Amino acid sequence: MAPPPWRTEGENIEMLVIPCPHCGPRCEIEFSYGGQAHIARPSDPAAVDDQEWANYVFLRDNTKGVFLERWVHTHGCRKWFNVARHTVTYEVLASYESGKKPPKLTLETLV
Amino acid sequence: MLSRYSIFSLARNALSYHEDWPRAWRSPEPKPAYDVVIVGGGGHGLATAYYLAKNHGITNVAVIERGWLGGGNTGRNTTVVRSNYLWDESAALYEHALKLWEGLSQELNFNVMFSQRGVLNLAHNQHDLRELQRRINANRLNGVDSEFLSPREIKSFVPIIDLRAGGRYPGLGAALQRRGGTARHDAVAWGYARAADALGVDIIQECPVTGFQIENGEVRAVETGKGTIRANKVGIVVAGHCSVLAGMAGFRLPIHSLPLQALVSEPVKPVLDTVVMSGAVHAYISQSDKGELVIGAGVDPYVGYGQRGSLPVTEETLAAVCELFPMFRRMRMLRQWGGIVDVCPDASPILSKTPVRGLYINCGWGTGGFKATPGSGWAFAHTVANDAPHSLNAAFSLDRFRTGYLIDEHGAAAVAH
Repeated sequence: MAPPPWRTEGENIEMLVIPCPHCGPRCEIEFSYGGQAHIARPSDPAAVDDQEWANYVFLRDNTKGVFLERWVHTHGCRKWFNVARHTVTYEVLASYESGKKPPKLTLETLV
Repeated sequence: MLSRYSIFSLARNALSYHEDWPRAWRSPEPKPAYDVVIVGGGGHGLATAYYLAKNHGITNVAVIERGWLGGGNTGRNTTVVRSNYLWDESAALYEHALKLWEGLSQELNFNVMFSQRGVLNLAHNQHDLRELQRRINANRLNGVDSEFLSPREIKSFVPIIDLRAGGRYPGLGAALQRRGGTARHDAVAWGYARAADALGVDIIQECPVTGFQIENGEVRAVETGKGTIRANKVGIVVAGHCSVLAGMAGFRLPIHSLPLQALVSEPVKPVLDTVVMSGAVHAYISQSDKGELVIGAGVDPYVGYGQRGSLPVTEETLAAVCELFPMFRRMRMLRQWGGIVDVCPDASPILSKTPVRGLYINCGWGTGGFKATPGSGWAFAHTVANDAPHSLNAAFSLDRFRTGYLIDEHGAAAVAH
């Protein structure tokens, strides 16, 4: 992935560089984290029991490997978007706009 | 047979230049079957095995550990021990742990170097002050020692601190728990391992778990790197990897695994004889017996299993430490590392039965598990032995996320997360 414009190629950056789909690559301190992506709110709330609500509100994948997650560019365009990131190596593999499907990745999981 | 550690054994071994000390625990190959298998050889897992043997007479127990004993969060934390939690359920559990800490070196015949040097929580603004007062009152109602210090009293308790009101982090007051303090983290793992081993528990290191055999909703065996081990009951006590293990058993947890980092400085002469914490600026600091400053930072905000922390977090923490202790500005940091903490939505642990019969889980201690080690093992052993929680941990069930009876200790514990 290309470094942010103010950094030179090959320079060691000791933090995440997240490619905002709207603003381009920026350092992680400009962003806030939103946890797992693609969690759908129950479409018929009245038909959902307590356990299903608990699952929706609290249960999360806590993947060791490639994880699809939400970020917001708090100190930039303030838009939410999704990132595919490896949670062991911290490589940022892709970013894509909210509402879009994730790009094709080899979603292997390390254990 | 275990030889007791004492002044006499020390003198006797001095005669042979300390070259003939016996091993502190055996390293057996796993038996084909056990009554209970504990997955995870950190402090909590080893304490669970010890109390299973000691309190419940269940000695046919194995503790299996992927790496080495205490190589995870037990060896990576900043060793702070305290019990000044806000809610009744937490206060009871952590206070039980603190009482066990107070007799632990004698109980285990192993010096865990528990030092009740006091833990100070700073307030930097009016809101902090109100929350602090509320927590002090709640602590005292629960029989947990806690007192308020005015700025003048803080200054006499910690003379090197900078409390200037014109500074970046004015100190307006503090809560002090005098019975709190620190302990030697490795010694806790080693002490419990040695004591559990003496009671017949098998401790098996370098043995990763690869899966569980589950029949009709009941756990039968654990698949490991050293073969299949049958077990009537299995306890999962693995902190950061609890979601991975739960996934192997077919259920999910409300846990995020986040990297929490700590760092130590070069060793210097004694200068700080207590623990100073500031939840608001995500920093806590104490000085080890070797003279190193031990500094704890906040968590990285995103899921991560790499055992390191991100540099923006380090920078924020050290900036705050330099503001509070100007004399540390020219100190050099020697080491920095991360541990993977398992954080629950309500920042309280889970000590619970699971959807799988015979399988129990102890996780979710997040950023503050070390202090609870004895109490966690004590209560979890009861849960495993009786297939039902003790009154101390009944509230810390997996089911609380369905019932909504959360124990919200996020800001209330005044810890740095």
